[in-house]
Amino acid sequence: MYVAVKGGEKAIRNAHKLMERDRRGDRTVPELELKQIAEQLYLSVSRVMSEGSLYDLELAALAIKQARGDLIEAIFLLRAYRTTLPRFGYSEPIDTAAMLVRRRISATYKDLPGGQLLGPTYDYTHRLLDFKLAADGELPEPEKGAYDPDADIPRVTDLLNAEGMMEPDPETPQDAEIGDLTREPLAFPADRDVRLQNLARGDEGFLLALGYSTQRGFGGSHPFAGEIRHGEVEVEFFVEELGFAVPLGTMTVTECQMINQFKGSTVAPPQFTRGYGLAPGQSERKVMSMALVDRALRCRELGEEATAPAQDEEFVLSHSDNVQATGFVEHLKLPHYVDFQAELELVRRMNKDWHSKEANTAQAEEAAQ
Amino acid sequence: MSADTQTSLSPELETRRAAMALLANAPEETLKAAWDALDTPPAHTVIRQPETGLVMVRGRAGGTGAPFNLCEATVTRCVVALDTGETGFGQSLGRSKAKALYSAIFDALLQTKDWSEYVETHVLQPLNTATQAAEHQTREEVAATKVDFFTMVRGD
Repeated sequence: MYVAVKGGEKAIRNAHKLMERDRRGDRTVPELELKQIAEQLYLSVSRVMSEGSLYDLELAALAIKQARGDLIEAIFLLRAYRTTLPRFGYSEPIDTAAMLVRRRISATYKDLPGGQLLGPTYDYTHRLLDFKLAADGELPEPEKGAYDPDADIPRVTDLLNAEGMMEPDPETPQDAEIGDLTREPLAFPADRDVRLQNLARGDEGFLLALGYSTQRGFGGSHPFAGEIRHGEVEVEFFVEELGFAVPLGTMTVTECQMINQFKGSTVAPPQFTRGYGLAPGQSERKVMSMALVDRALRCRELGEEATAPAQDEEFVLSHSDNVQATGFVEHLKLPHYVDFQAELELVRRMNKDWHSKEANTAQAEEAAQ
Repeated sequence: MSADTQTSLSPELETRRAAMALLANAPEETLKAAWDALDTPPAHTVIRQPETGLVMVRGRAGGTGAPFNLCEATVTRCVVALDTGETGFGQSLGRSKAKALYSAIFDALLQTKDWSEYVETHVLQPLNTATQAAEHQTREEVAATKVDFFTMVRGD
């Protein structure tokens, strides 16, 4: 049992002041502006929005600045902030097919309607440090190309679907309640809606490692990146007084459709099955990992035997949240003096008993000889 | 609840919805400039003060399947009424209270006989032009990154 401590206010206040000074660093160096973080560290901002589960670039940038770039601390700050705001309601589901696409690739089809659009990516770079950036290098203007304004960019999964080789999205009743982890605590077994929400908020590193484990044979699932797309979608919100869904503006998201060979089971025929990843901002590694883990967690529904960590719903969903994880791990550094004194007493006693038992045994053995 | 209502919007509501989309994506400064440019600002009452809150944004499993909760987003909204009776709604992602207020006023003005043409020409059309231009630029830049990979023939 944890026994609280009190006091220490002055030292704590001073420690925070010192931290603030250190956060600012050398004052002869210009201070970071939120705009600079939002514009130039966009991938950090994306991660904080995704795992902080709050879409607001400026707040994410502020959190990153306040946390000195510690993204998990920044995520914690966003999670705490959101509790201060009223909830207006739920949006209409976003339509990722109607996205203004900034990037769209498929590893399964070379030629596909809408084309392979690399967009802004680190793929195919040589991962060499660019010293021009350290020296205020010149910025190249992006090239321009022709496009067909009427051409759609259909989902790759729809193409396979047309052939009957792709499992359709499972049908759900119209009035099915949609789980919300910000309202109801996690319970098992968890349905896919709750699992996806959990994964969307989940730690990128944790999901990356779990996704990787499925590729290495722990619950192997032969995945292909069917499609990754990134860009802007419109968010709509139903307003009772108006009687229609009003647009709230556009939001940037990244989506991944992972498709997996499936040899069939007693409940489903051989076909391709899918895992899904979706996250705010530009978060490609996150959505790919999320899609791998989503697919692994569908084992129950697809009649597969759960043998690997990534297929263990309770293990995955209970440990994916880095705010919870860091809270429990880091609470260990808070004063545990009373607990420790109690344990120290106990271990001392056990230690003494052990030594006296040893001594008795040695005496008995000596006597026997 | 709304997929059906969305398809059956009257032409007037469809116009209003399209205007709301432009206002929601507009920068606050642009809307403020449009408001400041009015010679005789119309008299109005704020019915619901600009308020920032959260909307839980939903996605769909697989893009087309069952909905799930993705993440929350900050949203600011406001409701105004003109002295002539029209009610205007302003709402957009983010925390700009001024933007919600201007959006609500322009939404109300769009419904009046006296102002609708002015708002259409001086507020919405420039916003539409800017949106189209930005979209065009994005699509051109992305088109330049369209890739055609060649599949190598495997040797024996």
